[in-house]
Amino acid sequence: MGLEFTRNLSVWRLRHIDLPKLARFRYSPIKNDRSPEFFTPTFIITHRSEMTLSTSFIAQNPDSVDPTPIHWFGRVIVDQISSVGDLFTFFGALCRCLMTRLPRSRVLWPILYEVGVQSVPVVCVTGLFIGMVLAVQSYDTLSQLHFQSQIGSVINGTLVKELGPVLAAVMLAGRVGSSIAAEIGTMKVSEQIDALKALGADPVSYLVAPRFLACFLMIPALTMLAEGVGIFGGWFVSTQIYGVSSHLFWTFSDRFVTAFDVITGVLKSMSFGAAIAVIACQRGFRCGSGAEGVGRAATEAFVSSFIAILALDFVLALVTIQLLKLLLALGIPVS
Amino acid sequence: MFGLKFSRTRNTSDFLAAQPPPSSRVLRSSRTTLPIEITAGRDRSVAMELNGVHRSFGNQTVLRDLSLEVRRGETLVLIGESGCGKSVTTKLLAGLLEPSSGEIQWDGRPVSARSPIEKRRDRLRLGYLFQGAALFDSMNVYENIAFGLRENTTLTETQIREIVLERLREVGLAPNVGNKSPSDLSGGMKKRVGLARALAMSPDIVFYDEPTTGLDPIMSGVIDHLIVQTQQRRQVTSVVVTHDMTTVRRVADRVIMLYPLAKLGNDESQIVFMGTSDEIFHSTDPRVSSFVRGELETPERSDNEGCA
Repeated sequence: MGLEFTRNLSVWRLRHIDLPKLARFRYSPIKNDRSPEFFTPTFIITHRSEMTLSTSFIAQNPDSVDPTPIHWFGRVIVDQISSVGDLFTFFGALCRCLMTRLPRSRVLWPILYEVGVQSVPVVCVTGLFIGMVLAVQSYDTLSQLHFQSQIGSVINGTLVKELGPVLAAVMLAGRVGSSIAAEIGTMKVSEQIDALKALGADPVSYLVAPRFLACFLMIPALTMLAEGVGIFGGWFVSTQIYGVSSHLFWTFSDRFVTAFDVITGVLKSMSFGAAIAVIACQRGFRCGSGAEGVGRAATEAFVSSFIAILALDFVLALVTIQLLKLLLALGIPVS
Repeated sequence: MFGLKFSRTRNTSDFLAAQPPPSSRVLRSSRTTLPIEITAGRDRSVAMELNGVHRSFGNQTVLRDLSLEVRRGETLVLIGESGCGKSVTTKLLAGLLEPSSGEIQWDGRPVSARSPIEKRRDRLRLGYLFQGAALFDSMNVYENIAFGLRENTTLTETQIREIVLERLREVGLAPNVGNKSPSDLSGGMKKRVGLARALAMSPDIVFYDEPTTGLDPIMSGVIDHLIVQTQQRRQVTSVVVTHDMTTVRRVADRVIMLYPLAKLGNDESQIVFMGTSDEIFHSTDPRVSSFVRGELETPERSDNEGCA
């Protein structure tokens, strides 16, 4: 992927810097003109005044022609589909690995600590402030409708159903996902992944499986922590600052938040955790060369995880609502 | 908690049987797994082979129709300009990369015909010293060297500790180095720890990827000495990738020089020299002699070097 990108970059620069000269001269990048790959960006910039491209090169490399927007759009689509396909292939390899051999405890425990325990402060702080802000914003609106006593239902419902899982997942993606991508990327760049293979260890089993399990298992706890702290923050602002009755706060909370909401919120968070781990590890393994490649892998891990969280949240929201309707229709209690 | 189940590819008795006899204070059994007689008789059967191997990365072809063999007990040195595919060749030989086409054989049997378990087990017969040593940052020196033993054997921690200390002594490092982090080591120490890690599993074949690059001449001499010493003491087959002609002179039984594909015609072989270390220093091929002398081949070439 890295080499492909470099070559495309060089061709892109060729198009945009040297096109006027291409028709007039013939240039061999090395004297025997056998290797178009030698058009590196540095080379082109340094020698652009003398740079030309042979017509045979253009004939052999249709990519060297300026792309139309349709070409560009098509390439983006193909790249994205390939990337998603690669992600699922990677996930398949991980599943195979988890079915055959679970990570060793001495490898797993430090990662559980890193992912779970070390995320507690940041999840608590963000959860607290989100709950408090939610109380401030909700109270303003509800008080205009004289429904301020029901603020507990709004805060609890929002945190348990949506904000808690999403917030914990975003924190995990930012704190842990980027770190995983950067760590694995650095290992790839410094040949440590090859060293693992040379020493008889399967990199997916040794690096990916424990990180996947850690994210998958720790995120429910982090989600419940974020929800708990957020609800406390909301309760504090509502009762201690705005003077809402604590009794009414909890009464309405109890009325509007069901066990179904809590369970689906936790299950949702587990799917977010799995997505974060798979995306972060895959970006690390596909990391380009050098520090730039590692940096890009870390950024891509966060951005892709964030998009995946929101997309999954949407899909799971639709699914849970349908499931709730089904349960109610069947007369199964959900509270 | 998770019902951990671990597979081990070598049991203790197999591992103990594979230890080198004279240097080991720990394990006294004779080495049974190596069908190698290097000092007397010189068994030169083929241990590894590349047959018509191509390897590309994206649109860039690095190796084209490359065929070579590694004979048991020899020290084969691969030389050539940067980017000519030396490291890729060793990674292909070691099974760390798959060829785009062509065949790789270990002990006369294609690697592609082996099951993943067989491949993993056979790979344990190989030791690899990486260019930058590739020590695991998250572990200290001791854990780095013990890694392969913990992953692939059922040895107790006491046995592992004795082997690790033995390997540290073998590469000339004090036992207390084991507690250090890789980031605390100098370049030469990293290479020595990398070598100790590569030797921990008592491999039959050891790959050295630019073992002296970035080291001062004295440390280069130390590493070269370790390569020779390892070959003699443990009777291994060695494949060394280097740019350093002093290393070639010191360690090589046989030398192969690769040439960058970009500078070759379509019908030219990528191997421009194959012979002994004495022969390479007397080669009349301008491509070989200029590399050996460290001089530019032609003025034309120097222009392009500057461009690229």
